Amino acid sequence: MVQKRDVPAGVWDNCQHCGHMVYLKEVEENLHCCPECGHHRRIDARTRIEHLVDPGSFDELYADLSPADPLKFKDRIPYRERLKEVQQATGERDAVVVGRAFIRGRAVILAVMNPSFIMASMGAVVGEKITRAIERAMEEDLPLVAVTASGGARMQEGMVSLMQMAKTSAALARFDDAKGLYIVVATDPTTAGVAASFASLGDVILAEPGAMIGFAGPRVIKNTIKTELPENFQTAEFMMQKGFVDRIVKRQDLRREIARIIDYCGK
Amino acid sequence: MDSDIRIDAETKAPPAPVFAPPPAVAHPALLEFEKPLLRIQQDIAMLEVEQSQTGRDHSAEIRQQQARLVAKTKRLYSNLTAWETVLVARHAQRPLITDHIRNIVQDFCELHGDRGFGDDRAMVTGFGRIGGHKVMIVGHNKGKDTKERLICNFGCAHPEGYRKALRKMKLAEKFHLPVVCMIDTQGAYPGIGSEERGISQAIAVNMMEMSRLRVPIVCVVIGEGGSGGALGIGVGDRVAVFQNAFYSVISAEGCAAILWKTADQRERAAEALKFTARDLKRMEIIDDILPEPLGGAHRNPMEASRTLEKYLTETLSELSRPRIDTVVKRRYERFRQIASFFNDPSSDADKPLSRKRGGVGQAFARVRRIASTDPVEIPDLSS
Repeated sequence: MVQKRDVPAGVWDNCQHCGHMVYLKEVEENLHCCPECGHHRRIDARTRIEHLVDPGSFDELYADLSPADPLKFKDRIPYRERLKEVQQATGERDAVVVGRAFIRGRAVILAVMNPSFIMASMGAVVGEKITRAIERAMEEDLPLVAVTASGGARMQEGMVSLMQMAKTSAALARFDDAKGLYIVVATDPTTAGVAASFASLGDVILAEPGAMIGFAGPRVIKNTIKTELPENFQTAEFMMQKGFVDRIVKRQDLRREIARIIDYCGK
Repeated sequence: MDSDIRIDAETKAPPAPVFAPPPAVAHPALLEFEKPLLRIQQDIAMLEVEQSQTGRDHSAEIRQQQARLVAKTKRLYSNLTAWETVLVARHAQRPLITDHIRNIVQDFCELHGDRGFGDDRAMVTGFGRIGGHKVMIVGHNKGKDTKERLICNFGCAHPEGYRKALRKMKLAEKFHLPVVCMIDTQGAYPGIGSEERGISQAIAVNMMEMSRLRVPIVCVVIGEGGSGGALGIGVGDRVAVFQNAFYSVISAEGCAAILWKTADQRERAAEALKFTARDLKRMEIIDDILPEPLGGAHRNPMEASRTLEKYLTETLSELSRPRIDTVVKRRYERFRQIASFFNDPSSDADKPLSRKRGGVGQAFARVRRIASTDPVEIPDLSS
């Protein structure tokens, strides 16, 4: 038995799901899934891209778009400062990374949301980059793959953020008219404004096991209806059972499954 | 029993009391910030009583007090804070979709159900005539009294409500009727059934389909515009908001609870969210602001309805002129360009609209909208 205090920080960790002591290097090699119970940990956009695309094939697009502060929003701290902090901590300008890539040799336009950036909330930059990704996929006649994760609209951008829901959905209508293939990979957590726009409009919707997928926050629901929520409520499994997710796919199988769907759709 | 909302112009029997709104209310319930009006109202009432009892003529004084009342109301309402706007928008006597239908829609023919799960009473849909236009009406209904409010979940629709709305919009598309959406909701219903039946998917699909619906769509926020629940019937060629209505990404209470960690900060949150009609118009997120009667729509519902009627009649006429392809294209462009508040250093700052497709890329100070005017000619700067 390893004594915890003898272990340098960041080497061992308890799985948030099964509680097992896990060796972080092993977790990492396992695509950030628990080797004991298979729990899929949240990962940032760059790690996700590394897992998903053929090595060295990612060619980033629209990387220099950065958020403005249209409302001059200030809660306990000003939005500008919050942004600066997060940008420094993550090295990203905003919460989505978009680019062209190959997945098992198939060219795709890829959009990956970053839960480490204000819980990947959607403001004007996320909306614009997703929309441009859709337009690019349409222009180049490539499949679009969106790996979604989000707490919802970014409150600090007010109605500007809400309008991104309409904008992305409208762009997807055009992509749909053009017979484009759009694959969603819903990861933990895909909720609120993102769930209620482009994350729910995939031709095929895949989800990682255990991912939280839902519209309203569980606390809000509990306070409204004043009863306990069913077990596994708002999980990927629940959403598949209710008919809103096509397949649950483990992280290690994602590349293969995406390639397979692209082939079936002849794209 | 006839479960229709009694707003049918041809209904002979008097409307069921549940749905009968009070006629223009002389003195509706006062909101907290309106308390200064109470004294004047009481003075007037006392003078009137005295006049009728003693026969003495107080008409001059009454007129004077009434003038004071008007002036005071004007002053209060010309400077509402964001939070006070919320209170007015939620006023219990504010005209609802059912009032507007009764006031300005001829021959309303309500159509129920989503043909899949049920009939969500939080969403009212049906054929009607407005100022000579045959239209499909779609909108949230909050309910007039406790009984009706429970039936319609206070205007919070479930997925079947949004699917009901879409079904009727598709019906309208098939027979070339424009769609009028009246938005008045705190938001989509947060509950187990709502999630189980795919509220996210229902709202997403509505926005997607509305963006390409081949008939004109006019959306008006008549009271509360609550987040995704509002946007689920909110994609249109024109989006207007009543002067004292609001349209927000989250409620002031919700925002305060999350960002300030206490609901007490709702007034500050309301201010910070910039969700009043004026703010939204300035950011070009909405096209028009509909003026309200002095002291809010609840003080004179009929006048508010008339404003709505005029706006809808004119806008529908305007939208009926261009070819539908043009209307749909402009609608797309409106939402493509909307709320483009970000920095894009790669786009040349001197260009108002940098590229032909997707090239919005302007800093927010120079945001432009091509929604309600003719498509802006984009100069070809590459040559």
